[in-house]
Amino acid sequence: MIRHGRRFALGLVLLALSSGTVAADRHIILASTTSTEQSGLFGHIIPRFRDSTGIDVRVVAVGTGQAFAIARRGDADALLVHDRRGEEAFLADGYGLERRDVMYNDFIIIGPGEDPAKVSDADTAAEAMRRIAGAQAPFASRGDDSGTHRAERRIWESAGITPSGSWYRELGSGMGPTLNTAAGMDAYVLADRGTWAGFGNRQNLTVLFEDDEALSNVYGSLLINPERHPHVKHDLAEAWHRWLVSGAGQEAIASFTRGGEPLFVPVVTR
Amino acid sequence: MESADNAFITAFHLIVSMDPVLTGIVLLSLQVSLSAVLIATLIGLPLGAAVALWRFPGRGLLITLLNAFMGLPPVVAGLMVYLMLSRAGPLGQFGLLFTPTAMVIAQCLLVLPIIAALTRQVVEDLWKEYAEQLKSLGASRARAIPTLLWDGRISLVTTVLAGFGRASAEVGAVLIVGGNIDGVTRVMTTAIALETSRGDLPLALGLGLVLMLMVAAVNGAAFLLGESARRQAG
Repeated sequence: MIRHGRRFALGLVLLALSSGTVAADRHIILASTTSTEQSGLFGHIIPRFRDSTGIDVRVVAVGTGQAFAIARRGDADALLVHDRRGEEAFLADGYGLERRDVMYNDFIIIGPGEDPAKVSDADTAAEAMRRIAGAQAPFASRGDDSGTHRAERRIWESAGITPSGSWYRELGSGMGPTLNTAAGMDAYVLADRGTWAGFGNRQNLTVLFEDDEALSNVYGSLLINPERHPHVKHDLAEAWHRWLVSGAGQEAIASFTRGGEPLFVPVVTR
Repeated sequence: MESADNAFITAFHLIVSMDPVLTGIVLLSLQVSLSAVLIATLIGLPLGAAVALWRFPGRGLLITLLNAFMGLPPVVAGLMVYLMLSRAGPLGQFGLLFTPTAMVIAQCLLVLPIIAALTRQVVEDLWKEYAEQLKSLGASRARAIPTLLWDGRISLVTTVLAGFGRASAEVGAVLIVGGNIDGVTRVMTTAIALETSRGDLPLALGLGLVLMLMVAAVNGAAFLLGESARRQAG
């Protein structure tokens, strides 16, 4: 019996340990995108926010589609995503109170250095995509309903193309895994600049097309409606939401660089 | 091969430097997986033994289910626990989603069928061997359970280790219910997945080597315990 008693006590201790880390401290859960997390942006700005407010931000980095799903179920206190249409639908459905532009960067078209589809000669993003489709060159699509995937579908739409065929490969993966796969099969891919800048396994891939209005990538912060989800930490989330567009928040975003280059441009000009 | 070489160097540096972030991730991995295995063991051993000893309607179905659930895909287990713990789910009010507790629950769900199903097999074989003897000593089935479990302890340690292997190796469940939050719910496997998606393959593989060392250490400790128990038993 003593042995059983001891084992039970050990179990209680382990249980206590595992719940001990869930202390009721001041934190919010932020559902955001893999692109912001993997670029290293949050590692740069969250400590600044925490220092000035004492609120910690716990980032769950998923695709934008999944981030909306998490927030709709009431499992996140705040949202930072990049899909204007989805964000507006989120507001229209009554899940959000307010949406603010926070920052932007751009998408880039990446592909093998030899550029068999001659994408680098294109004048617009739509033309670049038409060249890829025309050459039937392998294209790796996120295929995961993320913000980047939604942007990619819009560009195909504006190019008047419904991509299909063995050259168009829907991977159903995050940005990083998609880049890994594209590098492995020398495919073209639409990526956000943040993830690309922090990506280590480029192999033969290089940036082939950039700088087009259609490639702008705007990140918005959404304040979640507390009437819809009363348990959401509204006050703490609002402090974060306001801080992002405040002078201090915008400066924190602007001062995040990689290899000397800023990756995200703040939207609020003071 | 270059990245494999780098991985060994990276793993070596990670271990020698005792990087505090890595130490935290290793400790959380151990804490989550060991807690899950402990809880699953406390439920699975008696459950497996009971299924072995009693005959009841639907027993065959229960055994088939236990055996089948040994192959429960972690991502499905994660999704089930996510839907239970989500604010919109039945246990939402406890706010357990994206905490280590949620990860323990999910891994427990993965480990329990393994421990219960293998325990059932071990105890059933022992029961066939000793049933007459135990009955002649006047031991009821319920009284026989602790004796049989103790008798089969060496096989059962392997069973528990199989459960631990499952828990420490899976990434699908903890990723969904934990969210891979830096410093809160990031464990070895989710860190490896993250570094892979960042394209930092040497670091990812280096972390993988550290994880394998960690699992080997736990198995080594169990082996030594088993050896000393065997020696005591003569």
